[in-house]
Amino acid sequence: MDSALIPKGVKRCPTWQFLLWIGAVSGVLLWGVLAMILVYFKGLNQTNMNNAYGFALWIWADLAIIALGGGAFFTGFLRYIVGKDELKNIVNFAVLVGFYCYVSALMILGFDIGQPLRGWFIFWHANVHSMLTEVAFCLTCYLGVLTIEYVPMILENRQIDKVPFFHNLSHNMHEIMAVFAATGAFLSFFHQGSLGGVPGVLFARPFGFREGVFVWPWTFFLFTWSAAACGPCFTILVTKVTEKMARKKLVKDNVIELLAKISGWMLATYITAKIIDTIYWAVVTAPSKGFTFMDFYSNNSGSWYGLWILIAEIGVCGIVPAAILITDKGRKTQATLWLAVILAVVGVCLNRWVMVLQVLAIPVLTFESWNLYFPSWQEVATTLLPVALGIISISISYRYLPIFPQELELNPPDSPVKEVAEAEPELQEEPPEAPMGEPEPAKA
Amino acid sequence: MKVENAKKFGMVIDLDKCTGCGTCMVACMAENNVPFREDDTDKLLSVAWMRVYRLSNGKAFPDTEECFFPRPCQHCEGSHGHSPCVSVCPATATDYDMETGIVSQIYTRCFGCRYCMAACPYHVRQFNWWDPVWPDGMEKSLNPNVSVRMRGVVEKCSFCIHRYQLAKEKAYMEGRRELEENEYQTACTQACPAGAITFGDLNNPNHAVHQIAQPDNRHGGRPKNPMAFRLLERLGVNTKVYYLSSREWVRRAGDNYIEKEGKVKHA
Repeated sequence: MDSALIPKGVKRCPTWQFLLWIGAVSGVLLWGVLAMILVYFKGLNQTNMNNAYGFALWIWADLAIIALGGGAFFTGFLRYIVGKDELKNIVNFAVLVGFYCYVSALMILGFDIGQPLRGWFIFWHANVHSMLTEVAFCLTCYLGVLTIEYVPMILENRQIDKVPFFHNLSHNMHEIMAVFAATGAFLSFFHQGSLGGVPGVLFARPFGFREGVFVWPWTFFLFTWSAAACGPCFTILVTKVTEKMARKKLVKDNVIELLAKISGWMLATYITAKIIDTIYWAVVTAPSKGFTFMDFYSNNSGSWYGLWILIAEIGVCGIVPAAILITDKGRKTQATLWLAVILAVVGVCLNRWVMVLQVLAIPVLTFESWNLYFPSWQEVATTLLPVALGIISISISYRYLPIFPQELELNPPDSPVKEVAEAEPELQEEPPEAPMGEPEPAKA
Repeated sequence: MKVENAKKFGMVIDLDKCTGCGTCMVACMAENNVPFREDDTDKLLSVAWMRVYRLSNGKAFPDTEECFFPRPCQHCEGSHGHSPCVSVCPATATDYDMETGIVSQIYTRCFGCRYCMAACPYHVRQFNWWDPVWPDGMEKSLNPNVSVRMRGVVEKCSFCIHRYQLAKEKAYMEGRRELEENEYQTACTQACPAGAITFGDLNNPNHAVHQIAQPDNRHGGRPKNPMAFRLLERLGVNTKVYYLSSREWVRRAGDNYIEKEGKVKHA
């Protein structure tokens, strides 16, 4: 039915199957829309936040999603600035995933503010001392850059590309893409950092506060570093999941392995810096404020914030994936590669959780106790809403756009797709409408 | 920014005198049009600019001692006016006034990001989770000098700054530039039946707050009075609310100490 829109030569699942998938995800989307309506019309009393927990699931989701979307800027940086040419085969997908991560983050921020209609005040009445101001400016600008990087991909759709203007526009945008990649990298270094600065500058919250250089606390650099390390892991993970769902290989192993290797070394150096930071904070910073290290990890009911969380973040989800990814064997073995990228993604999400929620959970006044929090269904649904939107949009993009330059080479149209035939013989792939043309040159 | 003849309004609360009656809380709510709900039992969702905590020394009878601890906004100066909440607000909706030392909140500019709440260790900043609903007829008795706040914005104690503005206007009309000590007093100060709260200009040696707390401005305003202390002094927030107590355990409850310093946990 929609074969005229599908890139030349590649195979996609039947339309009914695609619509079934989109319909299932749309169920989650609609659930999120219902919660969104409640939040917008009834206010933030629909959440389980309170005066002790002003920041909660949404802010965590923002920080985590942006860290995971870091694959876009770092892959772009490696491809265009450092010159890792092999990464041209995955940079499109990294940009695509990053774009929807940033759209999700901005959407969640829209729910999170008490007076959404005043959201523009952050630009109009900007306080230059606030890390959130820096986040808002850089994040918005970077979403603009990601949009510019995404547009040429849309223009490569088979039907759109037939229009000479769009064809030429796409070509010319590719020519100058390095400029935008550099701009994106610059902006990302700052907004990833300023997100780290959000807890780092809270000098009256000893768990989050860190010393630093000039106006930047150490968390500024740690957040950028961890996003550069774990963002590409998320890109690899989503690529692998897409390959599993499409039941075919989309990116060559050497490309994945190169990105995994760089990620591994970034993760290894990040986790070393994180350990040094933690030790300094535990031995010097916290005691200077009157706290021992264990004050932050004990005396809370159910040990929600026990020492386990630090071990999980640094040890299990930091050292282990770094050790796997920096070894040749670890990267080449599919099981360990999967394990490493999943752990790295969980690790960076755990770090963001700790740096948002644990900061607020710990009592600072001696006569107060721990504050624990569990999100309401409205918070969960509105957090899943942009995720569902992202899944739908990525699915549509994958179906109709030549996102993976190596797809044709890895899956020649005349070769039978054995895995599909074996797994689900009843699902016949739709034949390409037009005879196979020359594969499109790889474009980023 | 250095302001000539700047005032630094502050408060001294004598914890030995506080009976925990809660009059300060009621007076504050009435004066500042603080909203309340029919069921206001969840104190993490309710709004109270002044809150009275109940502290215990944690000892069994007959050594049990208690202390009621009123907590308004501490109006932190931080370093050069960079109080924890003011420096983080992305929309400049809260401000440190160098002329008065008061941390203000601009309700119509706040868009409810709640970063200031995350920054404040005292929980003095509270969010309007609901629109205010006044019992029938009560809207007629609201204070016309204080704007009511809508859902979705943060609010906090202002040291009754509207009273300062009114007093300044009155003095201006009378051809005076300076206020007498008793011309600007907060609602809680005037309402306290035990006289536990004293308010005035910490920079003015003639004011009672200066004489009681004896702030040492060369050391971030630390009190020279050995009976006086400030909440969470070690964080460097440089607050303008001083507490007095003759009891050692109460003074120690004002800050965190690590084991070797003899940290005391309070109920």
